Amino acid sequence: MTFTIPIDNGDALKNAEADSQRTLYPYVTGTSIVAIKYKDGVLMASDMGGSYGSTLRYKNIERVKAIGKHSLLGASGEISDFQEILRYLDELVLNDNMWDDGNSLGPKEVHNYLTRVMYNRRNKFNPLWNTLVLGGVKNGESYLGMVSMIGVSFEDNHVATGFGNHLARPILRDEWRADLSFEDGVKLLEKCMRVLLYRDRSAINKLQIAKITEEGVTVSQPYSLKTFWEFQAFHNPTAGAQGSW
Amino acid sequence: MFRNQYDTDVTTWSPTGRLFQVEYAMEAVKQGSAAIGLRSRSHVVLASVNKAQSELSSHQRKIFKVDDHIGVAIAGLTADGRVLSRYMRSESINHSFTYESPLPVGRLVVRLADKAQVCTQRSWKRPYGVGLLVGGLDESGAHLYYNCPSGNYFEYQAFAIGSRSQAAKTYLERRFKSFNESSREDLIKDAILAIRETLQGETLKSSLCTVSVLGVDEPFHFLDQESIQKVIDTFEKVPEEEEDGGEAEAEAAAAPAEQGGAGDQDVAPMEM
Repeated sequence: MTFTIPIDNGDALKNAEADSQRTLYPYVTGTSIVAIKYKDGVLMASDMGGSYGSTLRYKNIERVKAIGKHSLLGASGEISDFQEILRYLDELVLNDNMWDDGNSLGPKEVHNYLTRVMYNRRNKFNPLWNTLVLGGVKNGESYLGMVSMIGVSFEDNHVATGFGNHLARPILRDEWRADLSFEDGVKLLEKCMRVLLYRDRSAINKLQIAKITEEGVTVSQPYSLKTFWEFQAFHNPTAGAQGSW
Repeated sequence: MFRNQYDTDVTTWSPTGRLFQVEYAMEAVKQGSAAIGLRSRSHVVLASVNKAQSELSSHQRKIFKVDDHIGVAIAGLTADGRVLSRYMRSESINHSFTYESPLPVGRLVVRLADKAQVCTQRSWKRPYGVGLLVGGLDESGAHLYYNCPSGNYFEYQAFAIGSRSQAAKTYLERRFKSFNESSREDLIKDAILAIRETLQGETLKSSLCTVSVLGVDEPFHFLDQESIQKVIDTFEKVPEEEEDGGEAEAEAAAAPAEQGGAGDQDVAPMEM
């Protein structure tokens, strides 16, 4: 049995050997998260895939988790960093509960805490390689925000990470309304997730939709979207390709 | 209490289980000039008596804003009070920065109490000689706490600390049951009336007291002299003829102040 002794290589920025101790590239990654505010709260959708480069290696990763009583956290990017963040938040929520004084951390507080964490890590050139989506409801008010790995943070009525930025947001900009019912909200999210499934190579057809309202959090069982591959253009795909380019 | 052989160190227990240094620190609070706090469901009022070292100097600040939603009134060693107010401001702003949310008063008060407790258990420190009335607002409503040099804290509907505070407490005890439902204006009036009780005879003027308010939709702020005088005028008439009497009274009040005044014989210069 070999044991590794922790090595202190000093300044993570100046020393080449110290590179092994800070994040340089992500390894196991999750793809897009799409989230919207709706009538009763917030809906968040993600698939359950964890890619190892271009290999779709893990197919049962939950990328949306409940935080305390009032929040949902979804993450794309490095899965191990997401797990680290969940540990930080676990400690945060635990300490908050230990006060036992009628005050509790709402989604705004969690979002701002995460912004501080992400930005401070970025400043040390050792980022947590995630884009986080924080949604929640407290005292009747819905909250939805995002923090990136460089600490860029903002709130909006609908957010998307990764490929979702390019493929889902245009749909949301056109079709999102403030008074969406739960069913319409889910339909809208499924529309976005379907486009992502067709066009994002790291997406898999196994998704979860999480809902948070004043009452609490519900995460759906994993399910698949129906897809259609019988487009005319897909039949005999080489028909149009004559000669070389 | 009298000098005894167990009162030299804060880390020495007496045979009857008392820490005399801590109790002596609480005496220092009783020497300071009065500070009063009261709260309703939605507002907290903090008021204090303005005491000046001499006619030549300005009066000591005894009420401090900690944040938009928290204020503190002190009695005892003002220097200790100033340092603790700075600590409270620091805690409050750090919380706001990390969470973009106001620090719940209850949590601030516990941190303050823990800080005071440390000084009762280190041989190289001394207890803080200041009592703090912390008023603030959080999710569960308006709160008023009293933090003691011993490291204890209690929540109150209304409280008074400092010299001649017993008179104010007697007044508040008669009225406190109605405070929860009081309007903002009635709460302010009760605070000023309680201050009047501590003056014991001196005419109540707006220059003699400082009043601050905070509430739901109302960040912590001081009332200006005009507003205070207006409230005073509703229950105390100061007709023109009394100006001479007023001046004579002021002189009479100034003379004892130089000597130390009734009950203020041993007020050290650092206490206000």
